[in-house]
Amino acid sequence: MADSFSINEKMSGRRKFLVAATSVAGGIAGAAIATPFLLSMMPSERAKAAGAPVEVDISKLEPGMLLMVEWRGRVVWVLNRTPEMLESLVKVEGELADPNSEKNQQPEYARNRTRSIKPEILVTEGVCTHLGCSPVFRKDIAPADLGPDWQGGFFCPCHGSKFDLAGRVYKNVPAPTNMVVPPHMYMSDSRLLIGSESEGSA
Amino acid sequence: MSNLFNSMIEWIDKRFPLTSNWKAHLSEYYAPKNFNFWYFFGSLALLVLVNQLLTGIFLTMNYKPDASQAFASVEYIMRDVDYGWLIRYMHSTGASMFFVVVYLHMFRGMMYGSYRKPRELLWIIGMAIFFVLMSLAFTGYILPWGQMSYWGAQVIVSMFGAIPVIGDTLQQWLLGDFTLSDAALNRFFAYHVVTLPLILLVLVFVHILALHETGSNNPDGIEIKDNKNPQTGIPVDGIPFHPYYTVKDIVGVVVFLFVFCGIIFFAPEMGGYFLEYNNFIPANTLQTPDHIAPVWYFTPYYSMLRAVTVNFLGIDAKLWGVILMAGSVVIFCFLPWLDRSPVKSIRYKGPLFKTALALFVVSFFVLGWLGTKSPTPMYTLLAQIFTVIYFAFFILMPWYSKIDKTKPEPKRLKE
Repeated sequence: MADSFSINEKMSGRRKFLVAATSVAGGIAGAAIATPFLLSMMPSERAKAAGAPVEVDISKLEPGMLLMVEWRGRVVWVLNRTPEMLESLVKVEGELADPNSEKNQQPEYARNRTRSIKPEILVTEGVCTHLGCSPVFRKDIAPADLGPDWQGGFFCPCHGSKFDLAGRVYKNVPAPTNMVVPPHMYMSDSRLLIGSESEGSA
Repeated sequence: MSNLFNSMIEWIDKRFPLTSNWKAHLSEYYAPKNFNFWYFFGSLALLVLVNQLLTGIFLTMNYKPDASQAFASVEYIMRDVDYGWLIRYMHSTGASMFFVVVYLHMFRGMMYGSYRKPRELLWIIGMAIFFVLMSLAFTGYILPWGQMSYWGAQVIVSMFGAIPVIGDTLQQWLLGDFTLSDAALNRFFAYHVVTLPLILLVLVFVHILALHETGSNNPDGIEIKDNKNPQTGIPVDGIPFHPYYTVKDIVGVVVFLFVFCGIIFFAPEMGGYFLEYNNFIPANTLQTPDHIAPVWYFTPYYSMLRAVTVNFLGIDAKLWGVILMAGSVVIFCFLPWLDRSPVKSIRYKGPLFKTALALFVVSFFVLGWLGTKSPTPMYTLLAQIFTVIYFAFFILMPWYSKIDKTKPEPKRLKE
C-alpha cells in the first residue's frame, strides 16, 4: 500500500527525479494560486483610506471630565485632569510598570510624566493594551472593589488591568504596556486635532 | 412488492456499495455489549449537528451580515418572521447543547481510556472536531453584532496580536481592517456558514471511519476483537450496532429532546448563560460593557487567559495568557501518550488516577465559574491555583498513572 504513495527503491533514478520534480512544481503552483486569495483578506484600499484625522473642540471640557471621540473606528479619550488628579500621578509611580514611558507607546512629545502636550489634557486611545477592551474611567478614590490605594484611573472590566490617569499601566496586571497616545496637536487653545501632528498633513 | 424492492437493491448494489456499507457500518458493525449511559453522547452530537445545519440554513434566509443591519435582522427574525423565534432558539440552544454533549463525550473517553492505543488518531480527529466547533461557536456568536459579539470578538482577535513579530499583520489579515468592523463581520459569516461547517462534516465522517476501523472501546477498556468466535470471526462480546444500539440511541434522543425542548420553550436564554443579556444591546464601538464574560462553554479557558498577571521566562503576561489558553485545549491531544497506566478504564485504575481525574473535573468547573465573574484579586488567585491543577492533571500523568495501584483487567466484558 505504502509503495504506491512513496518513492521506493524499485523506481529508476529518472522516475524518482520526475516524481519529485512534479511534486515540487505542483507545490509551487498551489502556493502561487493561494497568494491572491490570502492577500484579498488584507485591509482593502477603502479601509486604508478611512484614516482621516478628527478635530475636537475642547473648550467646554470641564476639569475632571472625559470626552470620547471616535478615530479610525477606535475610541480616543480626552481627559481634562484636575490638579488633584495630576498629583495622583506622582503618588502611584511606585506601582507602575513603565512610569517613565520608556516603551514606545506614545509620540516623543508625550514621553513625560503626564504623557501629554499640555499637562492637564490627556489624549489617549481608550483601548486596553491587553486584548483591546475599553477600560472604564474610575475617578472615585479608594472604592471598595479596587482597594484603598486606588487614586483614580482606568480599570479594564474584561481582565482586570489597571491604568493611572496618564494611561500608564500598573504592575502585575495582564496588560503589558501603557496605553497608546495617538499622534495629535493643538490647532488653537481649544481646538485639538487627533490623528495628525501638523495641519498640512491633515 | 418485496421482489421489486430486492431487485432494486440488487440494481443499486451493482453500481454502488449500498448493502456492503450498510452491513459494515450498521447491521454487522459489532460494538461491545456493555455500553452504558456515557455512550449516548456521540450519537446525540450527530443529532445536534443536523439541528445546527438545518436551522442555520433557514436563519441565513433572513440574516444580513452587515454591521449596520445585522442586529436589526436578528430582531426581525425574532419578531416578524413566522416561527423565526423557534428556529433561532433551536440554533442558539443547539450551540450550547453541542458543547454539553461534546464535553460529556470527551469525559467518557477520559474515564474509559478511549484515547489509548489503538485509538490515538481517533482521539486526535475528535480534538480537531472540537477545535472546529470552538471556531464555529466563536464566529456564530459574532453574527448578531451585539455588545458581547463585538467585545468578545475584540478580545479573541486581539489574542493573535500577542504573537511576536507577525502579530499585528496577522490581526489585520484576520479582520480585513485596522479595527473590528463590517469587513470582519462579513468574513466571519462566510467562515460560520461555509468554511467551518464543510470542514466539520469532513472531520465527523473521518472520525466515524476511524472508529469503525478500530472498533469502539467500552467501559471495561478491553478489546473485544481479542476474543472472536473461531467459526464466525465475530467478537463474542460484540452485538450488531443495528438494531441493538440504534434502538438504545433512540431512547437517548427522546430524553435529550425533552430537555432540549424544555430549554427552547421555557428558558432559551438560560439565565444569561446561553444568550447573554449584554448581547441584546447593539454593538457600541466606544464602550465595553461593565461586565463581560464569554458564553459558558468558553469560561474555563477564559479564566486561564486572564490568570497570568506576571511576566516570567522573558515572556510577558499577555502572551503567557494566550499560550495557556491555547495550551489548555491542545494538551488533550497528548493524552494517548501521557497515560502510562497498564489498564485503560477507570474501573481498573487506582486511587491516584481517580483523584487526579476528580480534581481535574473540579478545576474545570471552578475555572468555568470564575470565568463568568469579574476579576478581583481573590478570584484571580483562585484562577491561578486551579489553572495549575488543570495543567498538573496532564503534565504529571506519566508519573502518577505509572505508579498507580491498578486492578487486573478481566478477560471478558462484565455484564
